Amino acid sequence: MSAPVLDVRGLVTVFHTDAGPVRAVDGVSFAVGKGETLGIVGESGSGKSVTAQSLMRLLDPPARIEGGEVLFEGRDVLTMSRRQLTAWRGAGAAMVFQDSLTGLNPVIRILRQVTEHVVAHGRMDRRAARRHGIDLLRRMGVASPERAAASYPHQFSGGMRQRVMIGIGMANDPKLLIADEPTTALDVTIQAQILDLLGNLNEKFGTAIVLISHDLGVIGTICQRIVVMYAGEVVEEGPTAAVLEDPRHPYAWALANAVPRLDSPVAERLPGIEGAPPDPLAMPAGCRFMPRCPWRLSRCGAERPPLVEVAPGRLARCWVTADGRRLPPRTEPLHAKPPQPSTREPLLVARDLVKHFPLPKKTFFGTREVVHAVNGVSLHVMPGERLGIVGESGCGKSTLARLVTRLHRPDAGDIRFDGQDIATLNGEALRRLRPRLQMVFQDPYASLNPRMRVGDILAEPLLVHGRAASPAEAAGRIASLLELVGLNPAWAARFPHEFSGGQRQRISIARALALEPSLIVADEPVSALDVNVQAQVLNLMLDLRERMGLAYLFIAHDLAVVRAFCDRVAVMYLGRIVEEAPARELFAHPAHPYTVSLLSAVPEPGRQRIVLGGEPPSTLRLPQGCAFRARCPVAQRVCAEPPPLTEIAPGHRVLCHAPGSLKGAA
Amino acid sequence: MLRYVAIRLVSAVVMALLASGVIFLISNFVPGDPVLAQLGDILASDPAVVAQWRAKWGLDLPLWDRYWIFLNGLLHGDLGISIATRRPVLEDIVQYAPATIELATVSFLLALVIGIPLGVAAAVWRDSAVDAVARAVSLLGVSAPTFWLAFIVLAIFYGWLGWAPGPGRLDPIAFPPEGGTGFFLWDTAMAGDWETFQDAAAHLVLPAIVLAAATLGLITRTTRAAMLECLHQDYVRVARAKGMKERVVVLHHALRNALVPVVTLGGLAYANLLTGAVMTETIFAWPGLGRYTFRSAAALDFPAIMGITLVVSATYLLVNLLVDLSYAMLDPRVRR
Repeated sequence: MSAPVLDVRGLVTVFHTDAGPVRAVDGVSFAVGKGETLGIVGESGSGKSVTAQSLMRLLDPPARIEGGEVLFEGRDVLTMSRRQLTAWRGAGAAMVFQDSLTGLNPVIRILRQVTEHVVAHGRMDRRAARRHGIDLLRRMGVASPERAAASYPHQFSGGMRQRVMIGIGMANDPKLLIADEPTTALDVTIQAQILDLLGNLNEKFGTAIVLISHDLGVIGTICQRIVVMYAGEVVEEGPTAAVLEDPRHPYAWALANAVPRLDSPVAERLPGIEGAPPDPLAMPAGCRFMPRCPWRLSRCGAERPPLVEVAPGRLARCWVTADGRRLPPRTEPLHAKPPQPSTREPLLVARDLVKHFPLPKKTFFGTREVVHAVNGVSLHVMPGERLGIVGESGCGKSTLARLVTRLHRPDAGDIRFDGQDIATLNGEALRRLRPRLQMVFQDPYASLNPRMRVGDILAEPLLVHGRAASPAEAAGRIASLLELVGLNPAWAARFPHEFSGGQRQRISIARALALEPSLIVADEPVSALDVNVQAQVLNLMLDLRERMGLAYLFIAHDLAVVRAFCDRVAVMYLGRIVEEAPARELFAHPAHPYTVSLLSAVPEPGRQRIVLGGEPPSTLRLPQGCAFRARCPVAQRVCAEPPPLTEIAPGHRVLCHAPGSLKGAA
Repeated sequence: MLRYVAIRLVSAVVMALLASGVIFLISNFVPGDPVLAQLGDILASDPAVVAQWRAKWGLDLPLWDRYWIFLNGLLHGDLGISIATRRPVLEDIVQYAPATIELATVSFLLALVIGIPLGVAAAVWRDSAVDAVARAVSLLGVSAPTFWLAFIVLAIFYGWLGWAPGPGRLDPIAFPPEGGTGFFLWDTAMAGDWETFQDAAAHLVLPAIVLAAATLGLITRTTRAAMLECLHQDYVRVARAKGMKERVVVLHHALRNALVPVVTLGGLAYANLLTGAVMTETIFAWPGLGRYTFRSAAALDFPAIMGITLVVSATYLLVNLLVDLSYAMLDPRVRR
């Protein structure tokens, strides 16, 4: 490796909070060479984003960089004057942020946002910059770049906005691009497109990239080396494949194994690590991971382990592996029961569900536009079964969840729950149904009332449905509910903000369980959580099923999560189920071209991907024939006709003219 | 865009008519008899005089007829005759309005020109001396009662230091510009009469400051809050990461977004300045609409009240239209 483009040495960033100083980045060192892609991975609060922003000196008070060096081609960024810093930012190094919705200025045209720093850094005049900007947008794969240049950010989809963001970063051909969670807000097929784009930039222009992500899959796909951060420290560093296969720090081990992967066993417990990161105000004196570590030694509590070379080219901060020992391979799964075929009556049957949402009229005499959210979906859930629904945003999966729980009323079709027709229930009858059919929502921050104590949140359904006559009577039940979801019963007096995301999702689940439902509809219950916490919550949901015989309708965009959790999986595209099969079957032999490309788009280290072009078409128009035809790599003329629903194996149904014609690039 | 303006204009006219109807109804149901207010106790005790007086002003007609007459007159540019001044209401309004509009506009500009930069500076240098000044200004401006502030500035700048002239629009011995629009600054500037212009301007300073105080406070405060929010947005961070100069980041990236709430507030504030200047106009002997309104209301002078209401609601609607249009200019998401 030649001299590194970026050499970070002992970086320390401190947040001076009212409660005391928090060392968010505590002595972080790493280097990135020309043409290299380095991944920084860690859970929220690990200091990875603060590190990224410290590199560009973008942090506002109360954050302060209090030590270390950030050497960019030998010059220390931390000692640059204001003027030097302004000249360096956006030219020598550029940054791409996570949220392209808030990252682009809503009131400034795209062209100006992409080119203003080209002009400001004196590289081109306005006219040349305009051509450069349009060319740049084209290179980033923005559709019709001339028109895009004159538009405003709100006129674009998330994927297109992220391309613009990367274009902004690349406008001055920087030597270093720092990308902070660039694909986190995107759907898998769009994520695959963006990762491809980053990989290309790296190859073609030799741009060094620092990619920050919580998603090991993303990091693993395009990074040559990984830095794993925990509680403000680098705990492991090494070549990507080595770290993923043979992690030498227990936290890296947990990250690598807690993530459900497409090749991990189906529907089993995930080896997550319990507990939470240490309180940043009171860091333990010894190893910061020690309280959660299953392999801890007596030395770990007393002495802080140094970051040492544990194998050639590999560093780890751990007493257990310091002498070159390895960590044990992942433990065997606890439960490995095959799903039992049930002969009983299905718990929930939905037939030909349709839900359209009319939009407000734009003009008085104009025609009303309609969002075709769900266009004829049929499904069933057996008692105790876990049915997964996957699809990208806008495919109608959340609307479907709201239809079967009767938060929405279907425009057409019928829903039978436990033999009773519930599609048109109203008033009191609907209220009597509610206890048996509960919902868990995606955002554990938004779905718990911040002004209610946890005890009151849990007591509410009990009181409303007459399961308890008074709060005092409910108290006993609340204690056992909290215990059931693995929380301390004494915490009933606390408010939601006192809990972490994972704990809040446990509270949401406890609330859903309060009325002893037979079906839980969970809409993206773990997508807002860190991987490790994700594993904990999924394991809890599995345990509860075993203990209470719950059935789940589990909605997610993350295929690997669905695979790890569900017995049966249905894939949705544009308001229809395009493929449905037992989980094992679906992931082993996907037949619908959309399923194949979706699976292939999941970033996993060392795997070829089929990158779908384009984006899901608008839901405002109902397409004729096969809905996927416009993006389908193997579309034929016949696809203009509505595709037939074919059963290609027991329980494996595909809505396609030519099932199995697209092969995954394994 | 033109279509949008046309639609908004038509709806503004409809709204103004509706408002006039509502006001007409309400003012006829309020307790209080113009007869008593106009004729006094003694004359009002004579039924014949009262009946004659009522017939003269059309108060004996049914409500609908009276409203119809009002609307009909309105179409012909006739707002009726003021009961109190016995002059056409339109003439009264045309006479009094310029003084108020001049005062309100100068106050408004004062509030904007001081408030927005002060708010921006306070947000950029948060917790600095500028910020302390901005916070003091917004607190004082909003909370200081008008009459108190008016007396204080009069006492200091007129009574004690003698820097400013006393109440009134012009020096008592000066001649008002003749045959103009009634906007003294405009009239004198057009006529090239700089001596009177200076006099008029000097007389404007104190009442304008007093009237602007509350608006200045609100605008400073809103600008500061909006800027603080915008300066923490990701796009500002992106702009910094691009290596844009701090001046560009603040004035181009943040301020344009922060102006949206300020525009809303500004529109409302201007309309309020036009109609809410009673106290200031009284203290500074300013012959404006505020004082006219107050006198008309006290005399239960229905034609005058209706006329003023119409003018006021038209002003509000016009200002609202301007606010909406500036939204569309500031924020492309509003455009359709």
